[in-house]
Amino acid sequence: MKNHGKLFAMAGLVLALAPAAGAADRAEVKVGDAEAMREMFRGFSPRGQADLSRLRQDDMQKFCSTKGWEKQKVQVKQLEKEQLALIKYPADGRLMGDWRNGERIAQTGVGMQFSDAQGSTAGGNCYACHQLARAEVSFGTIGPSLQNFGKTRGNTEANQRYAYGKIYNPQAYSACSNMPRFGHGGILTEQQIKDLTALLLDPDSPVNK
Amino acid sequence: MIRNKLPAVLLAVACLSPVAAWAQTDTVKGIERYRELLADGNPAELWEARGEDLWKQKRGPKMASLESCNLGKGPGVVKGVYAELPRYFKDTDRVMDLESRLLHCMTGIQGLDGEAIKRTAFGAGTNRSDMEALVAYVTSQSKGVRMRVPTSHPKEKQAYAMGEKVFFYRGGPHDFACATCHGESGKRIRLQDLPNLLDRKDAQRAYTTWPAYRVSQGELRTFQWRLFDCFRQQRFPALEFGSDASIALTAFLAKNANGAAFNAPAIKR
Repeated sequence: MKNHGKLFAMAGLVLALAPAAGAADRAEVKVGDAEAMREMFRGFSPRGQADLSRLRQDDMQKFCSTKGWEKQKVQVKQLEKEQLALIKYPADGRLMGDWRNGERIAQTGVGMQFSDAQGSTAGGNCYACHQLARAEVSFGTIGPSLQNFGKTRGNTEANQRYAYGKIYNPQAYSACSNMPRFGHGGILTEQQIKDLTALLLDPDSPVNK
Repeated sequence: MIRNKLPAVLLAVACLSPVAAWAQTDTVKGIERYRELLADGNPAELWEARGEDLWKQKRGPKMASLESCNLGKGPGVVKGVYAELPRYFKDTDRVMDLESRLLHCMTGIQGLDGEAIKRTAFGAGTNRSDMEALVAYVTSQSKGVRMRVPTSHPKEKQAYAMGEKVFFYRGGPHDFACATCHGESGKRIRLQDLPNLLDRKDAQRAYTTWPAYRVSQGELRTFQWRLFDCFRQQRFPALEFGSDASIALTAFLAKNANGAAFNAPAIKR
């Protein structure tokens, strides 16, 4: 251990000259957020519709990328409040679309990859992570099962507002949720989110059968 | 990681679908059986054989073989090298993975065009990738060797820490990070099981089975490809082949697999 002392003293000298390399000499190497973002920008190149601006993190992305975010209770509450304010509800006041379209949107996962045609309609890919209609056995489990969502909760206006808002921006209800902000991120249109709201809540939807 | 506010009753309802559960188990079993059948005579061997030729042939403007290439255990040594990559290389003063190191040797020793190699790094049908073949050969020489990725050099520590940051980096229109799909155990996308790369056992099983012959593509895919295609699905821009970000992420994942016996080139769906 005494030798290590000398080593560290030397490292200190080097550190003064080369801070980047010196930082790594500490037992615990820490990489800062700004450093990580710079490395990401260096490590990717634009392709198709995916340009480098996609690597620029907003406040939510930055916060939810840090270790131990869940322990920062005040910031978590603040984030949910800010994200809630970002939800834009339909101007016509109608939240329910057609569940048949909703089922199609839930099934398809194309859109916004650099391999997808620019401007093509994106899907919600809900089945990738959620169980929905009973007939569809190929569903993922990253998110909770949504089978009988409307049957269990009731097709009330409050639940329609919750479902629409949750799809539009899940961060408003559950900070750092894994679910994409389909409305806020510009992935789905207002009509598509209405159709998905109907898929969840319409009594005739296969989700509630 | 996720805090769900959906009531527990929904979870209880989910458990009441034995038909779906049975159908899924059956599908998963079928896929496993298919994999077992294919493991005998893995087409990856064709890539390995071509890779061995490419390693030994005198090629490029400098008409040199790669037998003087140092992959970490001395010039020309391929046995067991992949189990200790990525690692720090003094001559480049960089942490490098196998692909970036091969690129370094192909341009330096053989005088080949690095940009052309990067452009053709992922083969497609008749446009075969020399990189994929070389990776298949070199990795095959680590089969059965225990993973021992080093983090003793400061730059290796730095790469590991950076790789961890990259793993948790959320971005793009979908807010995805690697951790979105690979940060919890026992999860699936549709019917596809997802390894939790923060769990030692899962990380070991996942990392030690790349590269792999992908049946659905008819190609042998390297770990660089695995990362590239994950980021595509994350809706990120294109991961630069051999970039420091890609090497850092590989270092993070490879180190998490330490202690397990390397078992690739493998075969996957």
